[in-house]
Amino acid sequence: MLELGVPFSDPTADGPTIQAAMTRALASGATLSGALALAAEVRRRFELPIVLFSYANPLISYGPERLSRETAEAGADALLVVDLPPEHAEVLRGPASARGLGWVGLVAPTTTPARRARVLAASSGFVYAVSLTGVTGAPLDPSDPALHAGLATLRGASSLPIVVGFGVRKAEDVRALAGHADGVVVGSALVEAGQRGPAALGELVKSLRGGTLRA
Amino acid sequence: MTAAPHSEDDNLPGGPPELLGEFGEFGGRYVAETLMPAVEELARAWPKAWADYTFVDEYRAILRDYVGRPTPLTEARRLPEAVGGGRIFLKREDLNHTGAHKINNCIGQVLLARRLGKTRIIAETGAGQHGVATATACAYFGMPCTVYMGAEDVSRQALNVVRMRLLGAEVRPVTSGSATLKDAINAALRDWVASVADTHYVIGSVMGPDPYPLMVRELQRVIGDEARAQILDRIGRLPDAAVACVGGGSNAMGLFAAFVPDADVKLFGVEATGEGLQGRHAATMAKGRIGVFHGMRSLVLQTDDGQLLEAHSISAGLDYPGIGPEHAHLHATGRARYLGISDREALAATELLARTEGIIPALETAHAIAALPAVIRELGPEAVVIVNVSGRGDKDMHTVMTHLDPATLTLIEEAERGRKAARAAHQAAAGHGGEEALIVDGHELRAEGKEEHERRSGSRDGCVRPGARGEPRRPGRLPDRVRPRSQRLARADLRRL
Ligand SMILES: Cc1ncc(COP(=O)(O)O)c(C=O)c1O
Repeated sequence: MLELGVPFSDPTADGPTIQAAMTRALASGATLSGALALAAEVRRRFELPIVLFSYANPLISYGPERLSRETAEAGADALLVVDLPPEHAEVLRGPASARGLGWVGLVAPTTTPARRARVLAASSGFVYAVSLTGVTGAPLDPSDPALHAGLATLRGASSLPIVVGFGVRKAEDVRALAGHADGVVVGSALVEAGQRGPAALGELVKSLRGGTLRA
Repeated sequence: MTAAPHSEDDNLPGGPPELLGEFGEFGGRYVAETLMPAVEELARAWPKAWADYTFVDEYRAILRDYVGRPTPLTEARRLPEAVGGGRIFLKREDLNHTGAHKINNCIGQVLLARRLGKTRIIAETGAGQHGVATATACAYFGMPCTVYMGAEDVSRQALNVVRMRLLGAEVRPVTSGSATLKDAINAALRDWVASVADTHYVIGSVMGPDPYPLMVRELQRVIGDEARAQILDRIGRLPDAAVACVGGGSNAMGLFAAFVPDADVKLFGVEATGEGLQGRHAATMAKGRIGVFHGMRSLVLQTDDGQLLEAHSISAGLDYPGIGPEHAHLHATGRARYLGISDREALAATELLARTEGIIPALETAHAIAALPAVIRELGPEAVVIVNVSGRGDKDMHTVMTHLDPATLTLIEEAERGRKAARAAHQAAAGHGGEEALIVDGHELRAEGKEEHERRSGSRDGCVRPGARGEPRRPGRLPDRVRPRSQRLARADLRRL
C-alpha cells in the first residue's frame, strides 16, 4: 500500500522529518494536482492500494467535490486526513464516499471508548492505530504490552483491518507488531532513506517487507 | 493503545456538532485524534469551573490583588483634538502586571490546569507578552513552564526572552516555517500531542480548537465588563463605539463581549496591514479566505492551494495569518467592523499617544489608536469611544528607535565616541597606553573580544542603521525590519537557550 502525502505548510501532527519533507516539497512546487497525477502514474504501473494523506486545509481548499472526483479518477482508494476528527469529517468524507473512496479514521492511545466508537463508525477501508502519544517519527517501543493490548481492544471493537503507524522504522519493529495488526505504516524512516537515494529506499522497503513474513 | 485514564463523563458525547463551539460557520475542533480527548476534557471542565464560585472567586481575587485590577478608564485629554474630536476613553490594560491584557487569560488558564491536575504548562508567544504573562502565572503558582517562540520573534523581542527566563520559564526558539507566531503554535501543539497526559497548553488568544476561543473570551471579558460599568458610572450612558486591535483577537473580544448585546454600540476591530495590502501584511479580514488552521475554521491568509501565507506586521503580536473564529463570525454578520492600519500609521500613532496623553502604547495597541480618526469621522465629533490600550510599549522601544527615532542612535553613538575619547585620554594620562577597550552593556571587552563583538554586531557601535551595510537609505520609506544587531540574539545564543 502506498500512503501518498500531500504537503501542508503547517503539519502539526508531524515530527521533524515529515515537516522538513513537506517544506522541501512545497518549496520545489509540489501541489495537490501534482500528487494526484503521481497517484495516477503509480496506478497505471502498479496494483497496490493508494491512500492520499494530508491535512484538512489543502484538501478542502481544492473543493471537496473536485478532490473526490479527481482522486477517484486517479485510481487512489482512500483519504487519510489527520486533523479531521469524525465530528468534522463529513465535509470530505461525504463526497469521498459518494465516489467510492474509503475514509481512514485514526485511533490514538488517548482515544476513549466513546470516541473510538465514533471513529470506527466513520471509517471504511481500514482503521489507523496511532502507536504512540506523540508526532510521527517519535521513538516507539514496538513490544510495549500496553500497545499490544490496545491493538487487541481495537480488534475486538471493529471488523476493519487495523494498520498501525508512528515511529515504525525497521524490520524488527514490523516483526514485533506483525501479530497484532494487519499492516504497518512507515513514514519518517522511508523519507530519511529516500533522501539517501532510490537504492537505500528500495533496500529499506525490502527489509521492512521481510519483517511481515513468518520466520 | 491503553486509553488514558479519563477523569469523568466518558460516556458523555462531549462533541456532537452542536457542542463543538461553533460561532456560526466558524470555530470547531480540528485537531489530531491524540488531542481530541484533552480538548473534550477542557470543553467539559471549563463551563463547570466558570460556574463554580470558588474558582471564579479565586480568579477574581488574583486579578485584584496581583494583577492590579480593575484597570482605570482614562478619559483622553488632548488626543481628541488630534483625531477629529469625540470623547475618548482609554481602557488601561497597559497598567496590568506584566504590561498587557494577556495576564487575565493566563491566570485563569493556569488555575484551570491546576484544577485538572496538570503539572506542566506550555505556551506559544509572538510579541513575548503572552509568554511573559504565562511565565508569570507559572512562577506565581510554582509550575514548570515551557514557551515556544519563533526565532524571528526571539530576536525582535529579545527583552521579553530575558523576562521569561528570569521568571523561570524555558524558552524554546522555533526555527521551522516562517519562525514566527504561527510556527510557535505548531511547535506547542506538537509538544502537547506528546505531553497531553500531564500538560496544559495555555493558548494566548481567542483562537485554536474549542473551547479555547470561548474560554479565552470569558477570561478576557473582565476588560469589557469593567469598561461598561466604568463608562456608565462616568457619563451615565453606553459608548457609541468600542475599538481594539486584533491579532488573534483576545483583547478585542474581551472588550467587545460586554457590548455585543448592545446593538447601538458599534464595534471596531483593527488589523495590521503591515507594508500595505499590496505588500506583506497581516490583514486576515481584508484578504483572508475561509480555511482550517490551528484547530479552527476561520479566515486565514493562504494561497490558492490552501498553504498558509506568512503574515507581516511591525508588531509581533499582530503578525498572525489567522483570526479567532468569533471575530470571523462578528465580521460575517456585520456586528463588528474591521479596519486596517499600516506599520507606518501605527508608528505615528505610538508617538501621538505618547505626546498627547503621556502614554506609550504597545505597537499592537497603536493600531487601535491609529484607527480613531476614521472612527470619529464616521460617528461624528460628539461620539463617545472606548479604546482598549491592550499593552504598554516598553517591549517595543528598539523597534520604535530604529524606525521612528534614528536620531537616538546618533545620540548614543556620539555619547559613546565621547566616552571612549575621554577614557583613552584618561588611560593615556594614567600610563595605560595603547590598549583600546569598548564598553558594551557594562562589560568591558578587551581588544580581541571587541573584534569578535564587532564581527557579530555588524558595526562598530553595535547598531545597524538604515543605510548601513551598503544599503542606500531611501528617504520617506520605512527600512525593512532593520534591527540593531546588539538586540538580536545570535544563532549561538539561540542554541544556548
Ligand atoms: C499588547 C498586545 N496587544 C494585542 C496583542 C494581540 O493579541 P490579541 O489580538 O489576542 O489581543 C498582543 C499580542 O501579543 C499584545 O501583546
